Amino acid sequence: MAAHVEGQQHPIGIYLKIWGLLFVLSTASYLVDYFHLQGYLRWFLILAFMLLKAGLIVAVFMHMLWERLAMMYAILVPTLLLMVLLGIGALEADYTFFTRGVFFLKGLL
Amino acid sequence: MPEGLQGIVADWSSDQRAFKNVPWGKAMMWIFLLSDTFIFSCFLISYMTVRMSTTDPWPNPSEVFGLTLWGRSVPLLLIAIMTFVLISSSGTMAMAVKFGYEKNRKMTFILLLCTAALGATFVGMQAFEWTKLIFEEGIRPWGNPLGAAQFGAAFFMITGFHGTHVSIGVIFLLITATKVIRGDLDHERPGFMTGRKGKYEIVEIMGLYWHFVDLVWVFIFAVFYLW
Repeated sequence: MAAHVEGQQHPIGIYLKIWGLLFVLSTASYLVDYFHLQGYLRWFLILAFMLLKAGLIVAVFMHMLWERLAMMYAILVPTLLLMVLLGIGALEADYTFFTRGVFFLKGLL
Repeated sequence: MPEGLQGIVADWSSDQRAFKNVPWGKAMMWIFLLSDTFIFSCFLISYMTVRMSTTDPWPNPSEVFGLTLWGRSVPLLLIAIMTFVLISSSGTMAMAVKFGYEKNRKMTFILLLCTAALGATFVGMQAFEWTKLIFEEGIRPWGNPLGAAQFGAAFFMITGFHGTHVSIGVIFLLITATKVIRGDLDHERPGFMTGRKGKYEIVEIMGLYWHFVDLVWVFIFAVFYLW
C-alpha cells in the first residue's frame, strides 16, 4: 500500500507549459473584445476560453488530474447543482423583464 | 487500491478516511473552496438575473474599463493586464509547491514572495480601477450616469469580494513564506495556535487557495468584463 506517499511531485515543464497556454487563451479571449465580435460567436468563444482556462487550472495547477476519483467526484459533482440555480435565475429574470415591459407600456398608454 | 467506480465505492466505504493519499488539511481546503464556489456563483448568477431583467441599457464594459494611451483608447486594457498578472502569480505558486516538496527552501521562499508581490500588484490595480470608476465615471452601487442602475451594485459586490480574497491570500502567502525561510517546515515546528507539525503540504494547501482566486477571476473576466 502506498498510503504514505503524500504530496504531488511533477516536472516543472508541465507548469510552464500550462502557464503559457493560459496566456495564449487569455490573449485570445481579450482579442474577442478587441475585434468587437458580437452575437453568438462572441458568447461561444468567451465561454469556450473560460471553460478551457478553468479546466487547466483545476486539473494541473490544483493537481485534480492526479487525485483519486473519490476526491474528484466529491468536489466537482456538487458544482453541477449550480446549473439548477442558473436555470431558475434565468426563468425568473425573463419573467421580471416581461412584467416590467407590460408595466412600462401601460404607463405610456 | 482499486481504480474507477470500484475505487470510489472502496474509498468511501473504507475505514478511517475516504480521501486516500490526501492530507486532511488539503481535503478541508478543497471542501472550503467548494463552499466558496457556491458563494461566488450566487453573486454571478444574481448578476445574470439583474442584467437580464433590467429594461435600461447595460453600460458597455469594454468602454467603461478602457484606458486612453497616447491619445488612443484601448478597450479593457487594465483588466487584461490584471488577468495576466494573476495568471503569472498562479504560475509562480505552482512552482513554489513543487520546490516545497523538494525541500528547496530558498526557491520556495522566492517563488512565494513573487506570488505575493504579483497578488499585491493585482490589488493595487484594482484600487486604481475603483478610484477611476467612483471619482471619474460617477459609478455608485445604487446608480450611475451610463445606464442600468444595477451595474454598480454587481460590479462593486463581485470585484470587491474577489479583491478581499486576493488580499487575504497575500497575507497568508507572506506568513507561509516566513515559515518556509525560517525552516519551520523542515524542523516540523508546530504553527501558531496549533499543535500540528509543520510540513511542506501547507505550501500546497496555500496553493489551492491561491489557484482558486485565479479561477474565480477567470469566470469574472469572462462573464462580467467580456460579456
